[in-house]
Parts: sequence; structure tokens; C-alpha cells
Amino acid sequence: MSTDRSAPQPAQPVLDVTDLEVHYGVRRRRRQALDRVSLSIAPGETVGIIGETGSGKSTLARAVLGLVRASAGSIVIDGEEVGSYGHRQWRALRRRGVIQYVFQDPLRSLDPDVPVEASLAEPLLIQGVSRQEAATRVRAFLERVRLSADLLDRLPGELSGGQRQRVAVARALVTEPRLVILDEPVSALDSANRVQILQILKELRADGVALVFISHDLGSVAGVADRIAVLYQGELVEVGATADVINQPQHPYTRLLVRSAPTLHSAAADRAERESLRALLHA
Amino acid sequence: MATLSEKVLTKAEQNSKTAQNGRAEVEKTGTDGTAGTPGTTDATEPVRPAAPSTPVLSVRDVRISDRAAGQEIVHGVTFTLTPGKAVGIVGESGSGKTLTCRATLGILPAHFEVTGGSIEIDGQDISGLSSARWTALRGATISAVFQDPASYLNPSIRVGAQIAEVLKVKKGLKRREAHRQAIELLHAVRLRDPELVYSQYTYELSGGMLQRVLIAAAIAAGPRILIADEATTALDVTVQAEILDLLADLRERTGLALVLVSHDLAVVAQLCDEVLVMRQGEVVEQGPTHEVLHNPRHEYTRLLIAEHEQYGLDKFLGADAVEPVRTDALNVVEAVEEDA
Repeated sequence: MSTDRSAPQPAQPVLDVTDLEVHYGVRRRRRQALDRVSLSIAPGETVGIIGETGSGKSTLARAVLGLVRASAGSIVIDGEEVGSYGHRQWRALRRRGVIQYVFQDPLRSLDPDVPVEASLAEPLLIQGVSRQEAATRVRAFLERVRLSADLLDRLPGELSGGQRQRVAVARALVTEPRLVILDEPVSALDSANRVQILQILKELRADGVALVFISHDLGSVAGVADRIAVLYQGELVEVGATADVINQPQHPYTRLLVRSAPTLHSAAADRAERESLRALLHA
Repeated sequence: MATLSEKVLTKAEQNSKTAQNGRAEVEKTGTDGTAGTPGTTDATEPVRPAAPSTPVLSVRDVRISDRAAGQEIVHGVTFTLTPGKAVGIVGESGSGKTLTCRATLGILPAHFEVTGGSIEIDGQDISGLSSARWTALRGATISAVFQDPASYLNPSIRVGAQIAEVLKVKKGLKRREAHRQAIELLHAVRLRDPELVYSQYTYELSGGMLQRVLIAAAIAAGPRILIADEATTALDVTVQAEILDLLADLRERTGLALVLVSHDLAVVAQLCDEVLVMRQGEVVEQGPTHEVLHNPRHEYTRLLIAEHEQYGLDKFLGADAVEPVRTDALNVVEAVEEDA
């Protein structure tokens, strides 16, 4: 069941996934991780992909990254069908920096032995940008993520968690990508840092960068996403404008997600509803 | 740190005398630990409703210092917990909320000590309590669950046996009865197939299931106070809601008093009557939940509220309950960040 209530998108999508299927394991151990997932991301659009552990949300990101092979369906990035890409073609695509990624734990995505400046300049140098130009751009992007140039010669270990994640965001941005995929980018951060990262991401939208925000928590992406896509057990069960998904969730799982997200509003009445939704989903 | 279950498992001779043959359904817990030494509690005492005004936990102006650094880390925390009441502590890492909990449990890390104020559990001042008395108190009167449930369970022992062990040591139950009650506890924490879960190992269970197992172990000896320190932080939101609902349920049915610690104001607001907002070892705001949400006085509390108003579901849900916070509240982000 899929309910797409979003408006038609006129421009050519930066990412167009059609009937994507991914399986893990072989023969009897073969398990389907994604079942005919179709999703299109327009330029400059922010889409939140919400799902619980094991729902296939990270598999979707990995498939778009070329890290897992799709067993069926197509993935079109910026007009190019990448489903049949080999190792080399993927590498060439990644080097162009059209699509970039930010993961939950910046400590694991930043080389601990490489200072901030070198870490940020590397994708540009790979693209053949001159050292001088790279240095200028690195400073510009550092400023955009509200980090001082004093941090340029620090190692990741010498930064706070929030600063590290902002460095990871800056590194994803230096190549001026058209699409950034963020897998739980704020889950490990405290309130002040979370708000700051969300503010930075919101500003990006104005520049026409499309964002795919992956999270288990609807609440953490509601404030920045134009549309919400809900993955449940490998299927995209609901796609729609953020306000619609939150105010009129269609699928029982989406309803449970909305009722489960911590809010400042009294949740006394929600408890009974959650209970019945759980019963419905586990039936 | 020695885990709670380990502590619970360590010798508790006094307690093993309180052998109880009667049923120990969760419904009855919370009324069996009466004032005085839990070790001498007569388990057959008739159920009597606890006077709601008698605090089960009073924390008065507690200060905690790091002796090694010669620094005071927590600068005075005060709250009172009566049966069935829930107090929430909100703050980021390093705000002192976990140290406060640990002081209450008598498990402060090495070279940290309570240097001011007092803590009373069920009327007993805990300063200078012997380790035997602590062992009697923990599990039977005060209990706790933490963020990473797997690290408090032994991976090579079936989880059910670990709960049964608590029952054997703390309540002096025989093997068969401990097994039966452990299954009842697994049922009470709403695990769908208690018999199956009993015989499983930690690696076979999800994070949410493990946290339920931990809660089952924590309430096994019928404590009156449960401290949940970021107990739902690592879980999916839907599972987090299940655990919070379970805690609300236990509180209503058994009169369990809760201390709920979280970095998320909304998590605490859902369950607690009173909220303490901590920052850098200081309680910057304290009051009834409703009051704190509607009239936040400290800029940091406003930031916590603004986060939900601007970026959370609250932005979309009816604004009937909470006054919208002005956008400029977000400007404190920089300030908060800088002096952090």
C-alpha cells in the first residue's frame, strides 16, 4: 500500500528510484530488504525517510550509494541510470561530488589522523581544484557551518561532537553536491547542536541542494522536511507532504510513529491509541 | 562500574530471610517495602496503602564534587518523591543529571563524593551507609535502569535465569518459584512470549526487549523507586514510547515512584509531574511540568521548548497546550553553545 499525496514535480529529479528491490543473503537465507520502493527527489527538495531499525532505510541509502546491489528496479541519479554501474563508474560518479553523504557518527567518517583542513580539502583536490582555490572554498564552507577558522588544524578527536558533525556536513558540501544523503545526522547530538545542524541544513535548501534525511524519529526531521516517506518492513507505506503525514497519517504504522514521537503536548489520550495500533500492527 | 544486576546478585543475606511464598505479582510490589530496613520487612504484612505524603526519596541540596580535580560538579539539587510520583531531570551530557542519580544509588564513580546536602531513601539517610545496608536497599527499595541494557546483562547466561537470580537472592525464593515469578515479570513488562524470552540470550533480543528484561529485573524485588537514566535514548521512537507507556503503567498499578532522566524535555514531560532542568551542574529551572512548559523562565529551558516547537512535531500539532515560543529563543543556541 502506497499513498502518494505529494504534488507533481516539474523539474528533472536529482534522484529517481523506481521499483527498487534489494535482497540480502543467498538461497534459503535470502531475505528481502526493500520491496518495490519508488521515490523521486526534486532539486532543492528535502525529504525525510522514516523507519525503525530493520525497515530498510539504511539499505535504501546504501543502494543509492552503490554500496549494495539492487536485485531489481532502477536508480537514476541526476539523469544517469546507475543500476548497471560497475565499480569504476561508481567511483567516477562519487568523485564528481554530485551526491554526498553524512552519517550519524562523524568520528567514524572522519579520518582521526587528518586535520580538519586536509579532510575538507581532499574531495576538492581529487576533483582537480587548485590548492589555493580549495583553501578558499574550505574556509567559506567552514563559515557556513558556523565553525571558526581556528579549528582548521585540529584533529577530529580535538573537536566536540557537535563541531565534528558540522565538519562532516561541511565536507559533504564543499563539492557543491546536488543531493546530500544524511543518515541520522543529529541523533547523537544534544539539543543546542541539533538545532544548529538543522538550521544549517535548512539554509542549504535555499541553495537548491536536495536533502534526504534518514531517521527513526519523525520528530527530528519534521521541522526541515518538505515531504515524509515512511518505510516499514522494506516497503514504502506512505509518502506525502510533512504536514499531511503528521496530521492525517494513513497507514497504521505512520499513525503509531506520529503518536510515539515525544511532543510537549499531553500524551495521555495517545497511550490508548498507541496500544491499539500496536495490537493492529502485530496482529 | 559494577552492574545493577551484579550488585543485586552480591550477597544479601539479610534479605534471603524474607522468603516469601506468596505470589509476587507486580501489582503487589511497591507496597511490600515499608519504612525501616528492607531486610527486616515482614513480607507477609498486609498490603497497606502508602501515605502519599510520606516521601520515599528526598534529595536536599545535594552537592557532588570531583575530589581529584578539587571541583564541585553538581551545585545543589533538591527534589522529593512520594509513592506514584514521577520527577524528571532534563539536561545534556555533563549537566550532572547522571551524577545526581548515581549519588542517590550510592554508586558515584571513583573520586566523586557527595560534599553537601542529604539524601534519604525511605526515611534513611544514606550517608555512611554500610555496603551490606546498601545491598539490602538496592533492588528492594531503590532500583535503576540505564541507557545500554545489553551491558548490564551477562551474555552467556539466559536472560530469564538472570531475573530468577535476583528473585532467589533478594526474595529468597526457591528455584522453581523464582522461575515462575521471573516469567510473570517478563509478562508484566509486556514481552509477548515470556517463556521463550526466558530461555533466550542477550544477542537474540532487540534493544527494546533487553530494556524490558532490565526493567523486569529492576522491579523483581518490588522496589518503591525506579530511576530510569536515559533508559530509552538508544531505542527507536516507537519502542521508546512502548517503554515509557510501560513505566507509566507500572507507576499507576503499583505506586512505583519514578526518576526519569533524559536529554529530551518532551520525553520527561510526557510522564513526569515535576521537572528539573539542569545545566552545568546547576538546576536552572524546576517546577510542575505544566508550569515549566508554559512559563519557562530560563533561556535554556526556552531553547529546549523551541527545539520542539520549531523542529519537532509540535510545529504541526495543535498549539492548544503550549504557547508558541518566539523564534528569537533560537538565538540562544549560539550563547548556549559558546559558554558550554
